[in-house]
Amino acid sequence: MSGAVADRRGGLGLAASRRRRRLWVLLLCGLGLGGAAALALTAFQDNLVFFRSPSDIVASAPVDGRAFRLGGLVEAGSVVRDGAEARFRVTDGAHAVSVSYRGVLPDLFREGQGVVTLGKMGPDGAFRASEVLARHDETYMPPEVMDALKRSGHWNPEQGAAPPAAGWNTMQPAGATNGQPARTGG
Amino acid sequence: MDAPPLTSPAPLLHRFANPGRFLRATARIMPWLWGVSLVVLLPSVAWALLFSPADWQQGETVRIMYVHVPMAWLAMAGYAGLAVASVLALVWKHPLADLAARELSPVGAVVTALCLATGSLWGRPMWGTWWAWDARMTSVLVLFFLWVGHAAITRAFEDEERGARMGAILALVGVVNLPIVKFSVDWWNTLHQPASVARLAAPGMHISMLGPLLACAVGFSLLFMTLVLARVRAAVMERRVEALELARAREADRAPAEAVPA
Repeated sequence: MSGAVADRRGGLGLAASRRRRRLWVLLLCGLGLGGAAALALTAFQDNLVFFRSPSDIVASAPVDGRAFRLGGLVEAGSVVRDGAEARFRVTDGAHAVSVSYRGVLPDLFREGQGVVTLGKMGPDGAFRASEVLARHDETYMPPEVMDALKRSGHWNPEQGAAPPAAGWNTMQPAGATNGQPARTGG
Repeated sequence: MDAPPLTSPAPLLHRFANPGRFLRATARIMPWLWGVSLVVLLPSVAWALLFSPADWQQGETVRIMYVHVPMAWLAMAGYAGLAVASVLALVWKHPLADLAARELSPVGAVVTALCLATGSLWGRPMWGTWWAWDARMTSVLVLFFLWVGHAAITRAFEDEERGARMGAILALVGVVNLPIVKFSVDWWNTLHQPASVARLAAPGMHISMLGPLLACAVGFSLLFMTLVLARVRAAVMERRVEALELARAREADRAPAEAVPA
């Protein structure tokens, strides 16, 4: 009887130590793998970005004739449409690059909007785009809220990013469809 | 089954190591799980698709979000679940963990495929392209291949236990991809916008859209769990049937042999 109990304890102790060893092996493998992945991602940093900003291009001039992606915001007041050709400037706040593009612009394209363009640097220092993609920011709001922010002067989408979300994400604009009619003539 | 391991750090989990007990316990909650999933999901989807406002810049297209974002969250949370099941299987040799991992991966693959498909349908009208090789989209595509690879490798071996081991190792190697998916939009510039909800600052989404989004996320998660649990139950029963058939075949083999000396 006592022998059987001791046996069982011994067996459990062995199983527990095996479990502990397997856990350690897993943890060590995980650390090694995580470290290797972090090193690889850091090493390929330059290739993992989807586009380059105007400041990147000022810092290191692009190779002549090599296509790359240029991204940033469409500068307010810079869009000129000339038939099928559109010219605008892409800015990141610090620097701006002139872009020319022939073709259909995406629906979201407007001044102040994020864009990613694919093309080559022309001899005149302007970027000739063969593709323009629109980027949108991470703010989602009903048009009434956006109108209210615009009317109150808190945000002009053509000038840049939306104000901090805490200021508007629970806002109830007057005349909104939430069963609370605007109090008029009460 | 071996004796209840007193030294295990997870004694609760081992209560369900007995497949019979697992089947009995889950049989009672399955109808409830189906009911709650549908009762939560259907009104949430109606709220999101019919009664939530359009977006100021995306218009009605924003409604794709109410499917796309829950699918993306489930693809990642489900994968975290797969990793936990794989650790339980490799370290604690929990008999249900292997089955759970095996039954989780086809559902995870479908959810990730839906995330990619809805993202593509959303990207075409908004960005102007179905697909771009930016860090977010590429890492989610890798996540999809991990799910499919896990589903395939666990079923690729004659010896089921070996397949389960291979699958668990693949699943744990793939965990490296999870932070890459999540933080790709912060670490590198991408076509995909950064997170609106899962971020430190206040959610960049108006409450009239955040409400239906979270409701849909809860509904889809409940349905996901119900589906996986139903699949695990079916797998347990399948193995019981196989064992019974094997026993019967042995019996049939033995019967004529016993008849000879008589």
